[in-house]
Amino acid sequence: MTYFLLRRTFGFIATLIAVSIVVFAVMNVLPGDPALTILGMDATDDALAALRKELGLNDPLLARYFAWVGGALTGDFGTSHSFRVPVAELITERLAMTVSLAVAGMVLTLVIALSVGIFAAANHGKAGDWATMFISQLGIAVPAFWLSILLVLLFAVKLRWLPPGGFAGWSDPVAALRSLVLPTVALALVQSAVLARVTRSSALEVMRQDFTRTARASGLSQRRILWRHVLPNALVPIVTIVGMQFAALVTGTIVIENVFYLPGLGRLIFQSIANRDLPTVQALVMLFAVIVVTANFVVDLLYVLIDPRLKARA
Amino acid sequence: MKSLPANFTIGAVLVALVLGAAALSLVWTPHDPTALNIRGKFAAPSAAHWLGTDQLGRDIVSQLMAAARNSMTVAIVAVFLGGSIGVALGLLASAIGGWVEDGVMRLADLGFAFPALLFAIMLAAVFGPSLTNAVLAIAFINIPIFARVARASANQVWTREYVLAARAAGMNKLAITRDHILPNIAAAVIVQATIEFAVAILAEAALSYLGLGAQPPASSWGRMLSEAQTLIYLAPELAIYPGLCIVTAVLGFGLLGDGLRDVTDPRLARAR
Repeated sequence: MTYFLLRRTFGFIATLIAVSIVVFAVMNVLPGDPALTILGMDATDDALAALRKELGLNDPLLARYFAWVGGALTGDFGTSHSFRVPVAELITERLAMTVSLAVAGMVLTLVIALSVGIFAAANHGKAGDWATMFISQLGIAVPAFWLSILLVLLFAVKLRWLPPGGFAGWSDPVAALRSLVLPTVALALVQSAVLARVTRSSALEVMRQDFTRTARASGLSQRRILWRHVLPNALVPIVTIVGMQFAALVTGTIVIENVFYLPGLGRLIFQSIANRDLPTVQALVMLFAVIVVTANFVVDLLYVLIDPRLKARA
Repeated sequence: MKSLPANFTIGAVLVALVLGAAALSLVWTPHDPTALNIRGKFAAPSAAHWLGTDQLGRDIVSQLMAAARNSMTVAIVAVFLGGSIGVALGLLASAIGGWVEDGVMRLADLGFAFPALLFAIMLAAVFGPSLTNAVLAIAFINIPIFARVARASANQVWTREYVLAARAAGMNKLAITRDHILPNIAAAVIVQATIEFAVAILAEAALSYLGLGAQPPASSWGRMLSEAQTLIYLAPELAIYPGLCIVTAVLGFGLLGDGLRDVTDPRLARAR
């Protein structure tokens, strides 16, 4: 067990280091001269020299890499070129939006996917099963941004129940929550299509096993069998997909924030691309990659908690 | 002969529809998809413009057809590029084994840390947004996927008796990979490629919607949607058609891929 934990933790740290090298290389080696990329072709030599000095571009590449990683570890991501404030400050201001969107999206995804998946499995072969499977197959093919536009069309343009986008800040909590309803639903509906299918097939697998039959024979109610016996035993493949989906969900927030004009990290990335603000883009890409890698690591650890059999193999 | 699975048939029909429209657009579209006609903007559907015109008077059907062609081109190039590199790496890993296999697979793990969107964002920040960068980003995420599929399938083939016989007869690993391994993993690779095709179409649409893919005046379903979103109160129907095209294409390739898997490997057929 300790060996397993140590090995996974080592792999996790090694991946993070490798990711940081890739991000640094793409953002600093590919452009040739980042200062020229930021300022553009018609920048004066003086301006270029000043920016090179500011960004530390005159130092050797290796020194710059270690300066960047060292800074990042202590929460210093450099200074945004376009906003003229520390990148860390930009991130803290917008983190709450992205995190609340991702967490709310994940929770809603789980609620929808688990209920629909278990419902379909319990009605295996019946109309309810076919209908949910048909809708989820369709759901996998629908891009989140189009679903968002359709939701806006229905609930904002036609029915006028909810705002079509934008965010006025947390000072008015009701208005803030109303602005987040459509983005959360759009994020969760697309994600839950895949998860519902996995839940269904995993639950069907468990329902064929002896202990489910025993539980049924001993007179337990269908509801109790499904939620207390089938679901816990069907969790391993579900958790695998949830882990992979968390990565999709995090990048999904980047898209959704841009669809609904929400001031989160995803919007910040696109503003920074438009402003050619390389330090900010670099910090944000690294941040999102860290979240994805961490999610995969947490899933690896969860396996052991959920399925002790894996402990022996690990 | 057994009847083909429903997902295969439906998928094949949808794919034929999209590929047909894309191929037809090479030689014919009802109008020039980029021709502006401001006086004829927001025209209702008619015999001349089957689905009407957009805010610049461009014919919708022509744009959708040209976008289908662009979308198919991106998917073909990206999946072929990423798939070839991935399969080559997977075959290499499987043939050599040991630390090379470990190394390639760790690299593949690393690839999973970068969703296509993040990679496209980095390329756009450095080189400016373009369709080429979108293709590279989509190709990049395909490398680890195909490396894994190729390695897993190849590892199975390496244990077969005819491969052992070929080794005993003194064939080198390169020749065995070419003559025995590759033909035997082709089915698995083609199935994966069909599914990744659907993913690539979705990714291209999303990247173009976000402005990281096709640039004006190139037609793209994703870009048409981002333009339509700004006109949602004025002409809501413009936000419908491109989305339907994306769903048709993605659903088609997805179902076709599932169907192909059921046909080529009955053991993997999903429980129904």
